[in-house]
Amino acid sequence: MSTRVVITGLGVVAPNGVGIAEFTEAIKNGKSGIRFFPELKDLNFSCHIGGIPIISEEKKREYFTELQLRNFNSNGILYGVMAGMDALNDAGIQAAKKDEDALYDFGIIFGAGTSSPEKFRESIHKIDAGNTRRLGSNSVLQVMASGVSAYLGGMIGAGNMVTTNSSACATGTEAIILGYERIASGKAKQMLCGSTSDDGPYIWGGFDAIRVMNYKSNANPKNASRPMSASAAGFVPGSGAGALLLESLESAQERGAKIYAEVLGGSINSGGQRNEGSMTAANHTAVQNCIKNALADANIQASEIDYINGHLTATTKDSVEIQNWCEALNRKGKDFPYINSLKGLTGHCLTASGSIEVVATILQLQNNFIFPNINCDDLDTRITNMISSEKIPQKKIEVPLKTVVKASFGFGDVNACVIFRKN
Amino acid sequence: MSTRVLSLEKIKMAMTTEDIYAKLLPIVKAYLPEDVDENDIKPDSDLTGELNINSAHLVDIVLDVEDAFDVEFANEDMESLRTMNDAITIIQKKIA
Repeated sequence: MSTRVVITGLGVVAPNGVGIAEFTEAIKNGKSGIRFFPELKDLNFSCHIGGIPIISEEKKREYFTELQLRNFNSNGILYGVMAGMDALNDAGIQAAKKDEDALYDFGIIFGAGTSSPEKFRESIHKIDAGNTRRLGSNSVLQVMASGVSAYLGGMIGAGNMVTTNSSACATGTEAIILGYERIASGKAKQMLCGSTSDDGPYIWGGFDAIRVMNYKSNANPKNASRPMSASAAGFVPGSGAGALLLESLESAQERGAKIYAEVLGGSINSGGQRNEGSMTAANHTAVQNCIKNALADANIQASEIDYINGHLTATTKDSVEIQNWCEALNRKGKDFPYINSLKGLTGHCLTASGSIEVVATILQLQNNFIFPNINCDDLDTRITNMISSEKIPQKKIEVPLKTVVKASFGFGDVNACVIFRKN
Repeated sequence: MSTRVLSLEKIKMAMTTEDIYAKLLPIVKAYLPEDVDENDIKPDSDLTGELNINSAHLVDIVLDVEDAFDVEFANEDMESLRTMNDAITIIQKKIA
């Protein structure tokens, strides 16, 4: 039998709340983190709104030294370090002292889509001006894709695998499954897993250009992200980071650590961009297989699922995702589990979405509630033809939760699905 | 020679080793690891070996020195930079 894996720490930096306490309140109250950004308007974007975490200069200094902040220009690494160190502290694990051995049983898988485009831009301007010698020492550290895991690795003294995964919007959920598998196979005892996403025009521009962001609600930021609504008009870009401290059950029990939930199993696959699948659309069979394989890996029946945290980005394709869930679980109507999408509150946090949404999932599981799926008073009838509207709470409900599932789907036709249980 | 150049020359000429050291000290201080005290900085202390400054940060120290003293270090200058005294020697050569 493989090693059982539990969650002993959480950390989050989200557009609607920074830190677990603030984020928990925000999701309970359906607080939106979507705001208007004049910069996007000035740059002639079609979409002028987004979700960006609010972090003070003082707050940064709780995590970074003055020296580390010299020439530092990376929101992605900032968010990732904050969420990651919060998860470590929440789990009650100490970083290795400077002159001690590394923590050889402690690893990191912290995903990112791209690292520090603002820093890259700074460097590009200097290089193009013939001033490469003036880039300074930390251009590479911030621009390399694994920047976030490298920063965390040094702060913690992690001595097991320290890496960054990247699978578009499936990145965060994938990181958690990869960490779970590493512990389950006995190669590590503790894994800090999560993902981060930078923000701003250089990350969001490409999405704006292909018109997948909602450009029709610039005047109403808080109503703009509308998962499962008939008037869903594209996603609203977001950013931030989420982090989980995964640990073998044995290690957690030895330490007397608080246990949020067990990672029962998961699955990662790809549709190969075949059939309906493409660079930007999901192959339905692959999505359904991913969900079914996660159930099999967790060794549970579809009927045991109490709640689904959907990917549901607030495009017209949300109904297709619901159809995939219905077919994979073979459940519909009133028999369908509760479902919601965090993206109504935070926007689509891209590579960070999976990990932030898993944190939201675990908080609901721990506290037995389902946060309101806002902005869907006009539910898409294609969705209500498949599942009962009462399964999509528009106000917070309190309900006992035991077994929950989270899935994320990304560009490149990649899928990740993970199942958690509270014992 | 214009008066402006003359006065600039005067300023540079007037910079004693002590003046340069005083201007250099806060630059180097910013890159000290947290567990090294600024009082440990001596004219002959090895920046990376004794003061434990990350060798990558030598590059940043040089950039800050270039800005502060309006000079430019060549790659060879960087190779010969080990101590505060080395930095002072290089700077003196550049502003002479």
